[in-house]
Amino acid sequence: MYTVADLKKGLKITLDGDPYLVVAFDFVKPGKGQALYRTKMRNMINGTLLDRTYRSGETFESANLEERQMEYLYKEGSHYTFMDQQTYEQVVMEEETMGDAKYFLLENCKVDVMLFGEKAIGIALPNFVNLRVTETEQWAKGDTSGNDSKPATVETGYVLRVPPFIEEGELIVIDTRNGEYSTRVKG
Amino acid sequence: MKSNALWLRAQIIRAIRDFFWERGFLEVETPLLIPANAPEEHINPFITLPCWQLQTSPEICMKRLLCTGHQRIFQISHCWRSDERGSRHLSEFTMLEWYRAGCDYLDLMADCEGLLQHVASVCLPGNPVYRRKSREIDPFQSWRRISVQEAFLRFGQVDVWDCLQKGLYEEILTAQVEPGLAEFSEPVILMDYPSKLAALARLKPDQNILAERFELYMGGLELANGFSELNNPVEQRRRFEEANRLRLEKCIAPLPMPEPFLRELSDMPPSAGIALGVDRLVMLAAGADTIDQVVAFTPEEL
Repeated sequence: MYTVADLKKGLKITLDGDPYLVVAFDFVKPGKGQALYRTKMRNMINGTLLDRTYRSGETFESANLEERQMEYLYKEGSHYTFMDQQTYEQVVMEEETMGDAKYFLLENCKVDVMLFGEKAIGIALPNFVNLRVTETEQWAKGDTSGNDSKPATVETGYVLRVPPFIEEGELIVIDTRNGEYSTRVKG
Repeated sequence: MKSNALWLRAQIIRAIRDFFWERGFLEVETPLLIPANAPEEHINPFITLPCWQLQTSPEICMKRLLCTGHQRIFQISHCWRSDERGSRHLSEFTMLEWYRAGCDYLDLMADCEGLLQHVASVCLPGNPVYRRKSREIDPFQSWRRISVQEAFLRFGQVDVWDCLQKGLYEEILTAQVEPGLAEFSEPVILMDYPSKLAALARLKPDQNILAERFELYMGGLELANGFSELNNPVEQRRRFEEANRLRLEKCIAPLPMPEPFLRELSDMPPSAGIALGVDRLVMLAAGADTIDQVVAFTPEEL
């Protein structure tokens, strides 16, 4: 249980049954008047933003969130299945909830899954993942067009810009935080 | 860069001192640790040792100096209010207060004009204007005066008495009235507060539902709160007791009575006094968005 005094950016609370992340917060108190706590919160399941103003004395339920390391097993339709390797418990996440994370997941890869009660609501990816290039144009030696990058598709179907020297079948490192090419895996 | 703000802060404090010294005010220092502040519904002191609190304002001690015959006094001191932290609030902050015997709140408004013009010309040479959210506020333009009721009708399309009754006063004030006041390029005096919003102010003689209280706003930022002082000890005790009753209703501990102040209050001549947030004045002079930018350290950095 939290009180308004605990409100700050980054706090996670439960509101109307959903987990919310406080993304902006300010304390206002007009001349000798009652204090107001203005918050902007993001729904951690569907991403919608919500503005709420609270007064002193109000309380909040903390969000019952747990992060567990799980293995990504497979995708079926729009469902992604993960398994806790200790308990063999499985959870399913909707493609919509996964967002762009789906582009950086390979089967059997280990990720931290965020659970709200029983429900998987997000995953924390490693900052860098290695993915194989499945499709990209051949770089014509002596190309003087001045382009310093070209599109490439990786094994998860994700398309990004890579330097011209990258060839099909090569393994590249992608920064999952911005989705950009980082370097080539040598060897 | 912060050192610029700290230079500006030092210059402003020096300019404030010069302003009051030149006008014959006595600079005083009253104790910061006191047995009792003025009990107010929404102000929570830090209780330090048993029976001692940090001041939430130097008003109690400064008014006692008026009771002993001082005519014009000012003080720059730190004040503490528990649980107040935001982009415009610090639990420990710097307050300027000044008091004048034989004057009322209209005289304080004139002092404010003189002070803010003086600070701007000394500390902001070349372009003597204050800044808030990319808007310039010129203290040399003629200042706007607007009553609380007018402001609520104009910016909130609501009656302030209605808001008070429904417990919406603070919400309308911060969500509609203050943003409305932020549109003016001159300082604004919001005046004549409903009497229930004035714990220590004198009521208007011809209209006792209003108190002779005002707040100074620049760019929508509340900078100072001044009023004609109540000097009736019976009425003052009743208001303090009412504040404690409201605290108890919300399960907040009532506060001790400042008994020596109440005993001496009948000796206080008709007077007026005002509190101005020095950190906020520095924010306006520096064009800073948050109070964090104008103090040497925030509590989080300690």
